Amino acid sequence: MILGLYPGCSLKGSSREYTESVLAVSEACGIELIEIEDWNCCGATAAHNLNKELSVALPARILSLAEKQGMKEIVVPCAACYSRLTVTKNELANHPELRETVTKENNLDYKGTVEVLNIIQMIDKYVTPDLGGRIVKPFDHKVACYYGCLLVRPYEILKFDREEDPMSMDEMMLKAGAIPIDWAFKTECCGAGLSVSRTGSVGRLSGLIMKDAADRGAEAIIVACPMCHSNLDMRRGAINSYLDEKIDIPVLYATQVIGLALGLDRKQLGLQRHFVAVNI
Amino acid sequence: MSAETHHTSLNGLGNEVLEHTGVKINHCYQCGKCSAGCPLSEEMEYPPSFVMRMLQTENPVLEEKVLRSFTIWVCLTCEMCYSRCPMSIDIPKMMDFLREKSLTEGKTNPRAKKIIAFHKSFLDSIKYTGRLYEIGLLVDYKARTFKLLQDMVLAPKMLARGKLNIFPEIIKGRSAVASIFNKSAKRNT
Repeated sequence: MILGLYPGCSLKGSSREYTESVLAVSEACGIELIEIEDWNCCGATAAHNLNKELSVALPARILSLAEKQGMKEIVVPCAACYSRLTVTKNELANHPELRETVTKENNLDYKGTVEVLNIIQMIDKYVTPDLGGRIVKPFDHKVACYYGCLLVRPYEILKFDREEDPMSMDEMMLKAGAIPIDWAFKTECCGAGLSVSRTGSVGRLSGLIMKDAADRGAEAIIVACPMCHSNLDMRRGAINSYLDEKIDIPVLYATQVIGLALGLDRKQLGLQRHFVAVNI
Repeated sequence: MSAETHHTSLNGLGNEVLEHTGVKINHCYQCGKCSAGCPLSEEMEYPPSFVMRMLQTENPVLEEKVLRSFTIWVCLTCEMCYSRCPMSIDIPKMMDFLREKSLTEGKTNPRAKKIIAFHKSFLDSIKYTGRLYEIGLLVDYKARTFKLLQDMVLAPKMLARGKLNIFPEIIKGRSAVASIFNKSAKRNT
């Protein structure tokens, strides 16, 4: 099985353990991921906040490169990139005049033929069917599956999972031997792009998320987004000072949990890179 | 009577939003679910449902207040309001339009300076290399905001964990990316 991969910027830098775990799990399950050659940044929040056309043109170049490189499906592990690429596909499909401007001005060949998969969809489609027999170390812990915003919203465009109480990651964790808990902050925002410019807001929003997970007995929080991860993990100082208590529940990427259940090496999954030590 | 014919259309800024984004502000009946669910409501001077109402009045004074508000910049585009709106009004799309207009017309709220500085530093970074260069982003942001000491504790810890690249990744098509910027940045960024 060969799939295209759009890692995005975070996965090459501050969230490289996400890439490491995605690649390790894929390799263990016989999936070859080929990075889109010469990809650019999707523009993230900054682009759509300041300039609509830019926020469509940057992802359009990525999708057009993937088409040119013969890819039918691409995996986009970052929830924010997944959102930008999917929204762009949707905008270009529904607004011919925008598509005309963006493709003509930037000399892009764009047909809209590439399927964009988030990490949960990729695992559900290509990993889970054979997962049962491969589990050697069930991840026997209570986990709070945290979906965040951009993996599930807006449903009108993403058409992926329920917006208020999504279950896809919970079901995946069950298959990895974990015990997903019922909690109230599955899709509340962590503060996302305000991490640097308003760290206090992030401390509050991520603090409320951590607190609920802790109160309900979670031993780990499971994420599928580098921004959610860095806010809940790297910003734990801001969280703890907002809550005025010390919470040391680790935050793991869904792919790290699958990797552990598959018996892969902790270092290969990048667990040593987290700020909050993973002692489970 | 269908929702399409039930409401008269708006003038002024509300109409501009409709023309550019297709978002129908006049469909809002002030249930307040957006403001209740918005994670940033308490940091805004006008929560989302207030913004909707202000634009519904077609009052230029209130429209100006919206464009000069902190609200539009602290909105995270988390999409919670849109997902809970009983009239499926795409409020985040409206916010994107209002932000761009506020920036273009030089009406940005002074309290949003750091938020906008971060966005600009982010875009500058990808404009020159094609991909985000995190150290470059932080240095540029510090230069814009004079927050020289912020996150200085975090950086060495990130380096030790292999979470920061010392050098930027420069793509072959960086001139294509720079050209995308120049074409779409007719007015701002």
